[in-house]
Amino acid sequence: MAEAVDYKQIGSRPVRPDGLDKVTGRAQFGADTVLPNMIHGKVLRSPHAHAKIKSIDVSGALALPGVFAAISGADFPGGGIEGEVGGEGGGTLSDVAKNVMARDKVLYHGHTVAAVAAATPMIAEAALAAIKVEYEPLSPVLDVLHAMESDAPLVDENNYTKLPEKPENPSNVANQGRLERGNMEEGFAAADVVVEREFQCPMTHQGYIEPQACVASIDENGRGTVWCSTQGHFEFRAATSKILGKDLADLKIVPMEIGGGFGGKTVVYLEPLAVMLSEKSGRPVKMAMSREEVFRATGPASASVARVKVGAKRDGTITAAQAWVAYEAGAFAGAPYMPGAMAVFAPYELENFLVETFDVLVNKPKVAAYRAPGAPQSMHAFECALDEIAQLIDMDPIDLRLHNAADEGTQASYGPKFPPIGFKACLQAAKDHPNYQAPVPEGAGRGVAAGFWFNVGMQSSAEVHINENGTVMVIEGSPDIGGSRASMCLMAAETLGVEYDKVRAQVADTESTGFCNVTGGSRTTFATGMAVTRACEDVIAECKKRAAMTWGLDEDQVEWEDGQAIPGPGVNADVKPLSLADLAGKAAKTGGPIQGRASLNAQGAGASFSVNFGDLRVDQETGKVDVLSYTAVQDAGKAIHPSYVEGQMQGGAAQGLGWALNEEYIFSADGVLENAGFLDYRIPVCSDLPMIDTAIVEVANPSHPYGVRGVGETPIVAPLAVAANAVSRSLDMRICKLPLSPPNLLEAIDGE
Amino acid sequence: MAQITLPDECAAITGGQCSLTLNAENYRDLRALLVKQWPGLDALLDRYAVAIDGQIYQDAFMEPLNADSEVFFMPRIEGG
Repeated sequence: MAEAVDYKQIGSRPVRPDGLDKVTGRAQFGADTVLPNMIHGKVLRSPHAHAKIKSIDVSGALALPGVFAAISGADFPGGGIEGEVGGEGGGTLSDVAKNVMARDKVLYHGHTVAAVAAATPMIAEAALAAIKVEYEPLSPVLDVLHAMESDAPLVDENNYTKLPEKPENPSNVANQGRLERGNMEEGFAAADVVVEREFQCPMTHQGYIEPQACVASIDENGRGTVWCSTQGHFEFRAATSKILGKDLADLKIVPMEIGGGFGGKTVVYLEPLAVMLSEKSGRPVKMAMSREEVFRATGPASASVARVKVGAKRDGTITAAQAWVAYEAGAFAGAPYMPGAMAVFAPYELENFLVETFDVLVNKPKVAAYRAPGAPQSMHAFECALDEIAQLIDMDPIDLRLHNAADEGTQASYGPKFPPIGFKACLQAAKDHPNYQAPVPEGAGRGVAAGFWFNVGMQSSAEVHINENGTVMVIEGSPDIGGSRASMCLMAAETLGVEYDKVRAQVADTESTGFCNVTGGSRTTFATGMAVTRACEDVIAECKKRAAMTWGLDEDQVEWEDGQAIPGPGVNADVKPLSLADLAGKAAKTGGPIQGRASLNAQGAGASFSVNFGDLRVDQETGKVDVLSYTAVQDAGKAIHPSYVEGQMQGGAAQGLGWALNEEYIFSADGVLENAGFLDYRIPVCSDLPMIDTAIVEVANPSHPYGVRGVGETPIVAPLAVAANAVSRSLDMRICKLPLSPPNLLEAIDGE
Repeated sequence: MAQITLPDECAAITGGQCSLTLNAENYRDLRALLVKQWPGLDALLDRYAVAIDGQIYQDAFMEPLNADSEVFFMPRIEGG
């Protein structure tokens, strides 16, 4: 691997190629596609959180002038659909199909029961009102602990906990996980101090600004195109075609620009409906969710209850750690119970631990992935308990973590030994940071916490075309959410030895490039970047071949340096170097256009660790929390474009602080979401947060040509505990329930 | 002999044995040996990622194993 000091392009901060279009309104998002004869689709949603559907009659809708199609569960193929969808919380395709359109039961308020397509949105609304649905309401179960009780109403009467031996009775627990090492009894017996607490995290939404939207245009043969907002158009093609019983080759998915996803756009909601409505009506159909629909019917993050017990010696050594975490899955199985179990103790070297986690059905929207799914909930609990340990033994919280930190060779709590990792480097960088050296402001508390995510590789494809003037076109299949086109261009420029402004990147549709998994799991810069790098190496090999042909040398007598073919050392040839432009300009004579390509299943994604700290102050009269300062430190392996790495760290911190301070789904007793809008569901705005300071640590991932580790997931993990620890220290009392909203804090303060 | 660790949920199929040693040159051969011994693992193993000497593979196939390799089967991770 090349040393960082050698890089000419990587590590620079050019403006992203899509930036100007996005800030001027030229960029085309999911709802921006307009086609001739296009009509508008709308969804009828359940008014009940839990009910049997006794009958659905869409004839009234079809009788209205201007209505072209109306569909319900009866129109969809029955039976099980094999396969799973991407992203933690994705679940089975069979369940996704039932989430897209309810069949015999509605399982949450807002569950789709029918859909129509009409000439105008207003006619479509009138058509929804003309559909008759007869329900038999059932008792909903809305709380994860209640749902786990044996006498709780069953969300799914056919759900049996997946265990080696099938349980006698159905329950709301879909799955459970367990990790264990050492001897818990001996571990706790060796402790000088023990902390045992129960923590709660609310159900929260990713809060992406662009609602789900798509346009489908299907011809009389059932073939056509879908333009949509997605994190993974290849997986949307697979899911939509399977749900509808189509050949996936009959659907082309065009990924539009995406206004945020954070995991929430790895799952289909509208696309199968739009395709079916288009096929039935013979017209293109546009569907776009309102913000209210996004809250009620797309996938939020799991609410959780976590019980944690930690024992430590006075010198800071953790002797035993135990965690029990129940995650709400929503209406279908698929809460991130295993990633939560695997992440909770990952940053630490522990001899004795036990983790048990549960995937629990409740009558709420089916959860979806949200940055590092499962980790914020479980790690919030453990990182808060560690903070209390630090207070009990009067030890600096960073020192406590340094004392127990995992390092290269440590056997991770989830199994394997760590290759080189940057957790200790992050801790040291945080400890040395001027913000940490500064005194805690009067009346405030300082919170410290660690974050972690595994990161993944998965499948990516890329092609690199050399234009006839030597400029470079990168074609890839990863939707650009966080500036990845700029990163791809930088890696291509670095590898080829050309300037950044000579490279362009294009995100191609499902018929224009090879398969790519979702943009998610912090995999794009790592895996698609690896594909782009290999495709560029393919180009270089071709260029060396063309230069050898031009000079009458053997291919192994030619080298590539600074964007030029040159004779190798010791080769006696009186020739001028040939640049990419020289070779491309004469490509017709040496074999035709020059291109490279790569398709791979990237392995060796390096785990990413973070350490965050912040100073927060509570107004004890109103319960309002002010974030006075916040610092995020994270190992990026190698920051290809440091500004966009910092952007991920800052965005994740803002989302995590929102989760910690104010965001929560509030349901009525009968399961109706009462705050389905940004007025009542309070995400942080600029005036709520200070500048998030960042420090990038670079411990190279040896499995990537430039040392990249994914950076998108980890930043959301630590802020929950940072906020809780800071508030707890400022109030001198432990606050274990999120959000740290004024009502919750006043209740805690008054209770004291 | 490579040291193999299977997830707890495999215990019902392996009669409680989740830690074992096997001699195989690569992952493909290791998987074949496991399935030969316990056919019920066939479908289950495809649901896991595998860590070989600390390196996590979502879809291992011909990855080589050393005589002292450590092999952990673990749930697949994706993310948001």
